[in-house]
Amino acid sequence: MNIEQLDIRSHMAQFPPFDSLADEHLDRIASDVEIRYYQAGSELLSKDQAIDALWYVRSGAVEVYQRSGRLFNRLSEGDIFGYSDLLRSNRKVRYPVSAIEDTLIYFIPGETFEAVCEEDDDFSEFVETGGQRLKVTVQQQRDDSGLMTTRVRKLITKAPLMVDATTTLQEAAREMSDANATCVLIVDVTDTQSAYTFTGRDGRYWQLNGILTDRDFCTRVLAEGKSPQTTVGEVMSRKVIVTQSDESVYEAMLSMLRNQVHHLPVLHRRQPMGILHLSDIVRHETHSSLFLVNNIFVQTTPAQLARLADEVRTGFVRMVSDGANSEMISRALATIGRAFIQRLLELAEAELGPPPVPYCFMVLGSMAREEPTITADQDNALVLHDSYDHAQHGEYFESLAKFVCDGLAGCGYPYCKGDVMAINPRWRQPLTVWKQYFTQWMDEPNGERLLHSSIFFDLAPVHGEAPMVEALQDLIAELAPQRPVFLAALARNAKNRTPPLGFFRQFVMEQDGEHRKSINLKRRGTAPLTDLVRVHALACGSNSQNSFSRLNDIDKTKLLAEGVTDRLRYAFEFMSMVRMRYQAASIERSEEPNNSVDPEQIDSRERHNLKDAFEAISNAQKFLSFRYIMPSRQDGTQGKSSSRGGR
Amino acid sequence: MLTLRSKKASAPDWPAYMASQAERVKDPRLARFYAGGTLDPQMPIGEAPLLAMDFETTGLDGSRHDIVSIGLVPFTMERIRPAAGRYWVLSPRRPLSDESVAFHHITHSEVEKAPDLSTILDELLERLQGHLVVAHYRQIERSFLDAAIRERLNENLLFPMIDTMSIEARIHRQSWWARLRRWAGRPMASIRLNESRQRYNLPPYTGHHAQVDALATAELLQAQILHHHTLETPVSELWR
Repeated sequence: MNIEQLDIRSHMAQFPPFDSLADEHLDRIASDVEIRYYQAGSELLSKDQAIDALWYVRSGAVEVYQRSGRLFNRLSEGDIFGYSDLLRSNRKVRYPVSAIEDTLIYFIPGETFEAVCEEDDDFSEFVETGGQRLKVTVQQQRDDSGLMTTRVRKLITKAPLMVDATTTLQEAAREMSDANATCVLIVDVTDTQSAYTFTGRDGRYWQLNGILTDRDFCTRVLAEGKSPQTTVGEVMSRKVIVTQSDESVYEAMLSMLRNQVHHLPVLHRRQPMGILHLSDIVRHETHSSLFLVNNIFVQTTPAQLARLADEVRTGFVRMVSDGANSEMISRALATIGRAFIQRLLELAEAELGPPPVPYCFMVLGSMAREEPTITADQDNALVLHDSYDHAQHGEYFESLAKFVCDGLAGCGYPYCKGDVMAINPRWRQPLTVWKQYFTQWMDEPNGERLLHSSIFFDLAPVHGEAPMVEALQDLIAELAPQRPVFLAALARNAKNRTPPLGFFRQFVMEQDGEHRKSINLKRRGTAPLTDLVRVHALACGSNSQNSFSRLNDIDKTKLLAEGVTDRLRYAFEFMSMVRMRYQAASIERSEEPNNSVDPEQIDSRERHNLKDAFEAISNAQKFLSFRYIMPSRQDGTQGKSSSRGGR
Repeated sequence: MLTLRSKKASAPDWPAYMASQAERVKDPRLARFYAGGTLDPQMPIGEAPLLAMDFETTGLDGSRHDIVSIGLVPFTMERIRPAAGRYWVLSPRRPLSDESVAFHHITHSEVEKAPDLSTILDELLERLQGHLVVAHYRQIERSFLDAAIRERLNENLLFPMIDTMSIEARIHRQSWWARLRRWAGRPMASIRLNESRQRYNLPPYTGHHAQVDALATAELLQAQILHHHTLETPVSELWR
């Protein structure tokens, strides 16, 4: 290597991802470098320009812009850019780059870049995940809310409840009840100071010996038939999983998942500081989205609301990169979506006047299940009070529906392609008509009609008189278990969309809109899964809407074999997470997020998991045919529907 | 600007000089080099194939001191290509002093095994051919190369060069503003390679190595052209 290349090499060696490269790769990169000087203010890369090298900022500073012209990232000495364009097949620039200072660029030729990517996994991972991509934009939002950066101590609000081992269960329970605590720590005095002791307020040495949670009172006390006079020391869990107060919330969450606990005593060194409960983390995570929700409620026009749509997307990307799980992200998105609807209805009522009769605005489909992703469109309907008179009130609710649906479209929730929206007069009806709709769907399930209407079997009130929608939920939960023809038809529909697995467990690809081979994770994964969960949930009379809650309800019956619901939960969580990660990555690249993934771009371990998830769905679909058999028309047991046929 | 015009008037007619030298010289290698001529004087600098050249020497006087190393880095206004560069350590006719060893980081043993300039002359001329040479303080490169050739072949080797130091001097030493500063007793701006580079936000490199300085010179010229000229400036306005 020439000496001037040593200079180049030693500079690169200070910065990621080069700092962790093997010497031979670093040598290769440094000896292939080409150089160019750019004056402040000049454009380094323009959109759609061909790119053949990785750009490395040796000195100076540059700015990267999104297509919209918004600042995307600011890079300086030691930063690289252009890699995401290099990884694309057409190798064209998506984001223009300009110099904000006089800048010296080192170019790493595309071939060298590819060769090193090929041989060094860490390097390719860095460029593929875009290690520093959102340095500026994301970091700012991450500052005070990220799971990665927030310390556990920030979530602790009160001291833990502590008793000694001789305390009786009854006394402990009373103290928990008084302190409104869901668990108690068992601590005892020891004579000598050791690696396990802390100094109490009384100056004596104490040691944390066990924990007893409200769940333990159920499993270890009641289920075992222990007397209230038993001491806590006798039944407590001695294996106490703890976390340190300066640990990140993310690590604490992982620890809970790993150890299957919901309570995590938080220690400062060895002194118990408080208890972290899983719900604290969920609340914390929702809190950062609460900011946005709060913001929604202070906007005064639909146009102002529409301006918040971008924030929803950045919030989504942040949650994904913070490592939140799909359930947390979906619930946050659902909360935000509901807030938009509520605010739009408030604004509509302010404009149109108070409603002439009570109503309830309900959401359907993924929003009702609290499982939307960032691509969710709007599915909604209006339930009106039975005192509704079309001639008198029709115009008001038509305007109200239009106000909300148009407003939602402006806020990034596209109109429903199937026209399941409150602006459709068919879905703007009094409660009695809705009850007839549902009764008819369940009594006379017609394949085509069901396909169209299965979306209505996930429903939730958003604004107005919630009891009207709850009455519909109860009606469904009551009737469905007694309608075998309906369930069989629903089961048959749930098998229409099959997971994309071939005979030898290979992926069956489809062509997406841009003619790339891909798998649609919604159509072939999460949607069939929610479909089949819905069948079982309706069969066992559950009125839950969320798929995880439905699986919990199914667990209470013996409808599915042991372990099946766990596999389905895992499959759902995994597919949802992969889907969300892809969507977040699309947003980061300024592309429109969708539901397609390219299996080639998933690492082999995840590919394996994805196949397992698909297989779990496939098996569960097969079980549907056994479980919900279409009764023959002659001996139909379905009351009045039997005579009219149940196809 | 006034100074620039007077300089321009004194710039030699390089194509004519090269053509006449091609007739005059007896060494076939030099004749071939001269016959190759120069770039078209009207060629815009933005299109010119350039070659940064730097010598490390045993002293400052071409008639008494020798070249100990040569660094070449080819470039254009678009790309500098260090990998396509060349570096030679040469054996000086006169022994290397300890001070210059310390200065250039070239050791006695390196020099002992090094070839004489005559053995690399073919390749050197080949690499110069078709390129406009760029140096920082061309006096060194021009006079040392000429002296070395004269000593070995008894003939001249002169060709056009762009001097990044004189470009810097024109701006920081000879402009009316620079003169005013000097008249007012302000210190003169340094036009040494590293100090000049700093003015363009170029990073510091480990200096006093022919190859590193050649690279540093190439970067400096790119910066100077963008700041003080345009990519359309004809090369004949820049070469001397």
